[in-house]
Amino acid sequence: MTQWLEVCDLTEIPKLGARVVNHGALAIAVFRNADDEVFALEDRCPHKGGPLSQGIVHGRRVTCPLHGWNIELIAGCAVPPDEGCAREFPVKIEAGRVWLDPVAAASAVA
Amino acid sequence: MDMSTPAKKMKLVMVGNGMAGVRALEELLKLAPDLYEVTVFGAEPHPNYNRILLSPVLAGEQTVDDIVLNPLDWYSENNITLHVGQKVVKIDRNARAVETEDGMRVGYDRLLLATGSNPFILPVPGADLPGVIGFRDIADVDAMVQASSQYQHAVVIGGGLLGLEAANGLMKRGMQVSVVHIGPWLMERQLDEPAARLLQKSLEEKGMKFLLQKQTAELVRGESGRVCAIKFKDGDSAPADLVVMAVGIRPNTELAESSGLHCNRGIVVNDTMQTFDPRIYSVGECAAHRGIAYGLVAPLFEQAKVVANHLAQHGISRYQGSVTSTKLKVTGIDLFSAGDFMGGEGTESILYSDPIGGVYKKLVIRDNKLVGGVMYGDTVDGAWYFSLLRDGKNINELRDHLMFGQDHCGNLGHSGINKAASMTDDMEVCGCNGVCKGDIVKAIREKGLFTLEDVRKHTKASGSCGSCTGLVEQILAVTVGGDYSATPKTKSMCGCTEHTHEEVRAAIRQNKLLTIPQVQEFMQWSTPNGCASCRTALNYYLISTWPGEAEDDPQSRFINERAHANIQKDGTYSVIPRMWGGNTTPSELRRIATVAEKYNIPTVHVTGGQRIDLLGVKKADLPKVWADLDMPSGHAYGKALRTVKTCVGSEWCRFGTQNSTQMGIDLEKAFFKMWAPHKVKLAVSGCPRNCAEVAIKDVGIIGVDSGWEIYVAGNGGIKTEVAQFLIKVKTEAEVMEYSGAFLQLYREEGRYLDRTVHYVERVGLDYVKKKILDDHEGRKALYERLVFALSVEKDPWLERTQEGKYAQEFAALTV
Ligand code: SRM
Ligand SMILES: Cc1cc2nc3c(=O)[nH]c(=O)nc-3n(C[C@H](O)[C@H](O)[C@H](O)COP(=O)(O)OP(=O)(O)OC[C@H]3O[C@@H](n4cnc5c(N)ncnc54)[C@H](O)[C@@H]3O)c2cc1C
Ligand code: SF4
Ligand code: FES
Repeated sequence: MTQWLEVCDLTEIPKLGARVVNHGALAIAVFRNADDEVFALEDRCPHKGGPLSQGIVHGRRVTCPLHGWNIELIAGCAVPPDEGCAREFPVKIEAGRVWLDPVAAASAVA
Repeated sequence: MDMSTPAKKMKLVMVGNGMAGVRALEELLKLAPDLYEVTVFGAEPHPNYNRILLSPVLAGEQTVDDIVLNPLDWYSENNITLHVGQKVVKIDRNARAVETEDGMRVGYDRLLLATGSNPFILPVPGADLPGVIGFRDIADVDAMVQASSQYQHAVVIGGGLLGLEAANGLMKRGMQVSVVHIGPWLMERQLDEPAARLLQKSLEEKGMKFLLQKQTAELVRGESGRVCAIKFKDGDSAPADLVVMAVGIRPNTELAESSGLHCNRGIVVNDTMQTFDPRIYSVGECAAHRGIAYGLVAPLFEQAKVVANHLAQHGISRYQGSVTSTKLKVTGIDLFSAGDFMGGEGTESILYSDPIGGVYKKLVIRDNKLVGGVMYGDTVDGAWYFSLLRDGKNINELRDHLMFGQDHCGNLGHSGINKAASMTDDMEVCGCNGVCKGDIVKAIREKGLFTLEDVRKHTKASGSCGSCTGLVEQILAVTVGGDYSATPKTKSMCGCTEHTHEEVRAAIRQNKLLTIPQVQEFMQWSTPNGCASCRTALNYYLISTWPGEAEDDPQSRFINERAHANIQKDGTYSVIPRMWGGNTTPSELRRIATVAEKYNIPTVHVTGGQRIDLLGVKKADLPKVWADLDMPSGHAYGKALRTVKTCVGSEWCRFGTQNSTQMGIDLEKAFFKMWAPHKVKLAVSGCPRNCAEVAIKDVGIIGVDSGWEIYVAGNGGIKTEVAQFLIKVKTEAEVMEYSGAFLQLYREEGRYLDRTVHYVERVGLDYVKKKILDDHEGRKALYERLVFALSVEKDPWLERTQEGKYAQEFAALTV
């Protein structure tokens, strides 16, 4: 039961950056890395809820702006030794447009 | 684990299942977990354990189980085939295979020799008798514990670190112990005579006996066939049911030599830890790097990192040697030594001696740098001295206080709680992250941590402001024994590169590199696009080296500098507009009031920097708030010029000698928009009463009747540091030029995230004086470069409100 919603043009997300996408009360960070891959995580750091969208993106990771945890953009889990995961959402690029499924949160890992 | 991998893995065989080798495997697993099929041979019948802690095990303070570093599960979880109790006796280099004593044969593509070393056994008659052992492994400890339950007299040959730890342990096990030592005093490789005498005295008080300047002639066989006595060259003798030889170690090169590898006091390796056979690497005590075989774990762990990097085929790192320091792990004895502690020609020594109180300290200085030191009885500052020594810091300005330790060099907020050993588990170590001593000790024990970096990663202690670093290092030293802080002399920028800040800056300048990807490619970064710590530094280095040419990269700026406002814990932002020199007007205040009401800004706060902070602004509102305020950016969020505090000065104050307010306003307008390695704060006071607190500013100016005094490199933050007098000048134009030149020097040479105080501490005030005071042309050129750099900068708030730059940054999307 996927519900793909069109978000924006890929170019509207800065390379090595992110945009916040609001869906009702939910804030989702949609990231774009140097290789033009996109990733979507709930905009809440597993540490103390920091806005991951505001972090620095490198490789397939983002560094949280509040206390510097590194979060894997795939699956949303903190790089060890830190522990915890941010919810991941399905996201894809089609013909240069970014699509997001804000409902089917991929298996939220505890 | 991964059965589906079609490509055949390469085979890595490791000989020696000890501390250095296993550490190398751990590092390799981090970098390339699936590259090799790994087989490990260990002669001992145990998984990898912490050899260093054999001393506390012998003393009965810990058990063998406590000191296991990698339990058998670890090997299987990581798909490593482990053969314990199997000694490798042959390397067939042509066929690329190793053979064990039992005849097992395993092929390799890469071989890692980590065979450690063997205790040196004095070649005296009787050295092979039962009851004569070294102190190296669990078997030796078992033999000592066994002997202590049956016999009375133990003799330890060798009054060095290992010997004294063995003697202490045996004494704790109830034996009568004599230490035989050939030198005139104990531990002569680590201690000078006064320190060694204090040590001897306190060990004697514990019941240890010493036979100094004695040379062993023979070990005598008793009726049972076991050793029973020791005879000396001078004819004396002593009873001995157990003899522990601790006179030194020899790199274990037997296997390497028998297979024709070049050895010279160790298996000879190059800076990539490769032996003369390119398929064979070596790390640990068995390896001789630039003629040195290290005998402490800290340098060995550095080697392990390097070898892992090459085995993982990253091929970028080099081992360049280490500086080491020593701590003795005898409970109740505090001793520390490092570097050239004897001193001699060309050096000066600072001494502190209190024989009654049992405290002795000696610091050896050459060319204004600390080159060695020895401490007995009070080693609180050992880690600090060691870091001064390792970094080659200029200590000229610390000199007067140096002997009294770090606390006397201005470390607020932590005084009184710095004796790691005497702290209780619930005492807080890291105030920033709320980490207590117990948390750190637990992490070190349970996770097998050895380095400051590891402790930082796991516990966050010392990871923020860093002021508790020394304390964390001490806890590390106390908990695991030894000293683990040693790192190669030069520190790389971060884990993404081997290069130092200085090397990177030089490359940017010399090769006119203009973008971050260019730098990363040119300098062979090991990660695709760096990390949060190197990218921010690189961005600063680029824009400060090539103003107007290198383009600022917002994605390599910390969020505060990307949003031009400070992020708060709830994800909102704060806005601090500039109020030149702390002056404001009714109209500005009215605008601020209006904005605060219009945008429902919950908190309006007068800051410590003489201006007003609006806290709790939503990100989307930022451009509107700036536009309505119609005031310049205060850069309160940036590694940039922050405030210039002033007092009311001669315009109003009855004591004022100069118009300090105007001077401050002029300075702030001149240096407005200045990015720097860290934040920069200035102040101007109108007389020496100093109401603007210039003594703790990066540049502080005091008006006096005959002109202006300029002070530099003060700091009022984590570590309060009083600014130092630079020069007195007559005119305002001179104030501008000298201050500007100093700031430009710092901009060009300071490491990212070093404040002026750290920069000046590193290069020395004399150097700064040479550049700013003596070299008139140089000063003018520095000032001109600053003026040019500032001429191409724009007010970021204006750019965003008027030109709509980076509008996307502030606008959220909705689906
Ligand atoms: C707002 C203010 C406190 C206040 O309400 O008065 C403040 C607030 C913060 N300070 Fe400060 N400092 C403020 C004056 C100071 C002062 C006093 C001064 O400037 O005269 C100091 C000591 C003087 C000094 O810097 O030498 C000070 C020493 C620090 C430090 C320690 C710096 C150091 O080198 O040791 C930090 C941490 C850092 O920068 O890494 C810090 C960091 C911070 C941060 C940026 C923490 C952060 O990263 O979020 C705070 C941001 C709050 C915000 O969003 O506005 N703040 N901070 C002051 C703003 C002044 C301004 O108008 O720009
Ligand atoms: C009692 C004691 C106290 C110490 N205290 C400190 C201290 O406070 N601080 C500090 O930094 N250092 C200390 N050290 C030194 C530290 O333990 C060593 O530097 C470190 O263990 C060396 O690591 P390694 O891997 O090179 O050798 P080891 O840890 O000795 O490992 C080598 C392993 O290889 C095995 N081996 C050898 N040849 C073969 C073969 N042919 N086939 C199979 N296996 C083989 C050996 O059995 C051994 O297990 C201490 C050492 C001792 C003994
Ligand atoms: S600095 Fe001196 S003159 Fe200026 S306000 Fe303070 S006391 Fe008055
Ligand atoms: S909230 Fe993300 S690191 Fe703390």
